[in-house]
Amino acid sequence: MVRNNEVPEVNAGSMADIAFLLLIFFLVTTTIQTDVGLDRKLPPKDTTPPLPVNERNIFRVSLNKNNELWIESDLRKIEDLKSEAIAFLDNGGNPISNENHCSYCQGNASSSASDNPQKAIISFASDREATYGMYVMVQNELTAAYNELRNREAQRLFGRDFVEMERAYFDAKTKAKEKIELKKNIYQIRNMYPMNLSEAKTNMNL
Amino acid sequence: MRNFRNNKSKLPAISTASLPDIVFMLLFFFMTVTTIKDNTLLVDNNLPNATEVKKLEKKDRIIEIFVGKPAPELASVLGSEPKIQLDDRLASVTEVSTYVLSELAKKPESIRNYVTVSLKVDKEVKVGVVSDIKEELRKVNLLKVNYTTYEGDAFRNMQ
Repeated sequence: MVRNNEVPEVNAGSMADIAFLLLIFFLVTTTIQTDVGLDRKLPPKDTTPPLPVNERNIFRVSLNKNNELWIESDLRKIEDLKSEAIAFLDNGGNPISNENHCSYCQGNASSSASDNPQKAIISFASDREATYGMYVMVQNELTAAYNELRNREAQRLFGRDFVEMERAYFDAKTKAKEKIELKKNIYQIRNMYPMNLSEAKTNMNL
Repeated sequence: MRNFRNNKSKLPAISTASLPDIVFMLLFFFMTVTTIKDNTLLVDNNLPNATEVKKLEKKDRIIEIFVGKPAPELASVLGSEPKIQLDDRLASVTEVSTYVLSELAKKPESIRNYVTVSLKVDKEVKVGVVSDIKEELRKVNLLKVNYTTYEGDAFRNMQ
C-alpha cells in the first residue's frame, strides 16, 4: 500500500470566489452620491411688460433681512407657510357659473384668495441680507404645497402620487411606452396646478 | 515514453493560488478609486436641507457653481466674505457668465439645451449673492437652475 506522507494543502480555490463576492458587493453598493435639489426655471431676460393681475390672485411671501417671514402683510411662522399656500392655491374662488370655475378645488372659495389655481401666482421676495438656508426653506415649503395638491389630484385621477410619477418618468428603467402615458398624465396634473412662482418685483398699485 | 508515463501520470494543474490576490488587488483598486468629489473645495459648502427634492440629471449636463465662505485654512488670506468658486478657482460675480458660457461650449451640441446650473450654496450665504448669480445666468439665457441641497428636514436650516 502506497502511503502519502504529505500534509494535504488547504484548498485555496474558493478564496477567489470569496474575493469576487466582495468585489461585486463593493461595485454594487458604492453608489456615487447623486446630487439632489430644487429645480427652478429663471424668467428670461426680455421681459414682457408687466401684466395686470388681480390682487386676490397674488400670494405675497417675503423674507426680510432678519430672516423673518411675512405672508401678505403679517409676520408669520414658517410652519404655517405650507398650509397658507395650499389654502390660497386651492381656494377656487370663481363661482360655478363662471367658465373658469375650478371643479376639483377643495378650498373654501373665499373672496380674498385665488380665483382658480391656473391664475394663482405666488410672489416670493427675499431681502438681499436674508440667509440662503432660510430662502431654500421657503422655496421648499412652497414646493411642498404644490406637490401636496398635485399628489392629491394624481391620487384621485391615476391612483398614484405625482412625485412618484415624476420619479418613474425620469427613471431610466421605465419603458418608453409607459413614459408616453406618464408624460401625458404629468402634464395634465401640472396643468391643473401650474407652478406660478414669481420672484420678480410686483407692484402693489397697478 | 513509457518511462515518462511511469514517472508522472498527470499534467500539473495550473496554480490558481494567485487568483485571489489578483481579485483582491482589483477590489482594493475599486475601493480606493471610487471617490465622490471631483474638485477640491476652496469654500465652505454646507448645503441647506430640503425635502421636496429632485435628482439632478446626468453629470455631463450639469455646470456647478459653489458659493460659500472661504475654507478656514484660507480665511486668513481671503477673508470671511462669501466667495464664488468656479471650477478650481475663486471668482467674482462678473466672471460667472463667461465661465458658464465656456463650460457650455465644451459640451456636445446635442445636450446644450438640457444643461442645468447647479447652485451649491452654503446655507450661511446671503441671498444677495445668489440673486446676483441668477441675474448673470439670465443674461446668458441659461435659465435652468437647481438649488442643490441635502435631503433632510428643511426646518433644520433655521439654526
